[in-house]
Amino acid sequence: METINFDHISANPLLPEVKAAMIEAIESDYGNPSSHHKKGDQAAKALDVARQSVAALLNCTNPKEIVFTSGGTESINHAIKGVAMANASKGKHIITSNIEHNSVIKSLRRLKGQGYKVTSVSVDSYGRVNPDEIKNAITDETILVSIMHSNNEIGTIQPIAQIAEITRAKKIILHTDAVDSVGIIPMDVQALGADIVSFASNSFYGPTGVGGLYISRGTRIFPILDGGAQEGNKRAGAENMIGIIGMGVAAQIAAEKMDERTAHFKLLKDKLLRELPDYIDEYNFNGHMEESLPNLLSVSIKYIEGESVVLMLDDENVAASTRSACASGSLRSSHVLQSIGVDYADAQGTLLVSFGIDNTEDEIPKFLEALKRTVKTLRDISPLCRTSN
Amino acid sequence: MYSKTVMDHFRNPRNVGVIEKADGIGEVGNPICGDMMTIYLDIEDNIIKDIKFQTFGCGSAIAVSSMLSEIARGKTLEEAKKITNKDVADALEGLPQNKLHCSNLGADALQMAIKDYENRKSGVAPIIPSMKDIHDHGSKDGQCYCPYCDIEIERDTTFCDACNSSLEEDH
Repeated sequence: METINFDHISANPLLPEVKAAMIEAIESDYGNPSSHHKKGDQAAKALDVARQSVAALLNCTNPKEIVFTSGGTESINHAIKGVAMANASKGKHIITSNIEHNSVIKSLRRLKGQGYKVTSVSVDSYGRVNPDEIKNAITDETILVSIMHSNNEIGTIQPIAQIAEITRAKKIILHTDAVDSVGIIPMDVQALGADIVSFASNSFYGPTGVGGLYISRGTRIFPILDGGAQEGNKRAGAENMIGIIGMGVAAQIAAEKMDERTAHFKLLKDKLLRELPDYIDEYNFNGHMEESLPNLLSVSIKYIEGESVVLMLDDENVAASTRSACASGSLRSSHVLQSIGVDYADAQGTLLVSFGIDNTEDEIPKFLEALKRTVKTLRDISPLCRTSN
Repeated sequence: MYSKTVMDHFRNPRNVGVIEKADGIGEVGNPICGDMMTIYLDIEDNIIKDIKFQTFGCGSAIAVSSMLSEIARGKTLEEAKKITNKDVADALEGLPQNKLHCSNLGADALQMAIKDYENRKSGVAPIIPSMKDIHDHGSKDGQCYCPYCDIEIERDTTFCDACNSSLEEDH
């Protein structure tokens, strides 16, 4: 039986066109784009093509503003630490939110140890940051605001353009972690107004191990990897040609098929939202219903624990994900669910469903049947269910 | 990630349920920590004649409850008192390091159920709280344990000083 993959947030498959381009790249034995000979020129040309495709996906008119990295984690580390280091003489205060990805949280924690001060603004029960809170948190020392574009656990999209108006007026650098947005929803860096945007290739069906940054011209940022003059002196190290070529093709297809993909995701998400009540009861959706990623849905199911749900769904050939404490190997449920006020016990039963372009409408009822059986089995075992019966 | 035996007991848990007129009930953990286990004992002539459990928790918590119930069934109380967390984990062919605390819950629940039986026999009132109380007040009364070294810790702590492990999410 085929597995229903509703866990695209963990990993996306490579598009066939991406695979083909990467295999071709392996076989064509690219040289080093920095070399001054034919083989080097050929590599430099391929690198340019990929950079233009990625720039186009972000509606970035100057491809030199795109810097290739080894993925979302490096991009985020680079944005935060690079800006902090380059602007330390101006100040050491950074503003962020309570629901950021660990790449942001831990980069900032590292900086705190180096004498930086971090203000973390709260979010509402839908996971939205209030731009006024950011405005109020700004001091003369503030050098960077880092707010994620969309959240990887609940899908909520932040008002980045509004925040950018505030940071622009105060000449503070704005970074947005858009790893789960770029390639999934339209991204226009000119309209957005963020100075730095982090993204990852696998989010739009390119290979893992490659990603990038949009760094607006004139933004003060240091490299975090020092060495050669690659990537306009912003990121040293011989380029990952095979990965970058794969990302370029994935970006081109993502741009072409953006509307089609978004419509497809919305169809699946709406169907799931509509039909879930026919299969299970006592659950809550997490996140914002409108300002949200179309491909992601978080639901907290009462009286059961998420890891058990995922294991049992796996037996039903359904792949999904959870954010329960037990599954993460920590004692606490996710900081995102805590920040939006989900009850501790309910958070344990949180299931994360993330769609991909390979999912079909008829997978929804199959998934729901499997979920219904799983929830019943686990609730039959659960001591918390006795009061509800 | 889990052994075959763990997955077997998770998929087909033995002795799930409630014993209506149980001679002893033990309940440990709380939903906030992610695991909660209730053990019911039917005791005749000092022997565990029947044992049932209910568990809220991850795959290993359910497997531990199931395996524990298999080990304890038919044992005398003296024998059952000697069942350790390690016995359960070993019978399951091991648990991942950060899941060992689940096996502790199992043995603890059994010991509490035996204690409850002995208390009742000696005329001490049972101290089993109702589910409602646990659901509402578990956050205050419940105790959490480090998933790596199993030492008792505060719920909101982010770092276990005992084993030097970060308790933040690892994503």
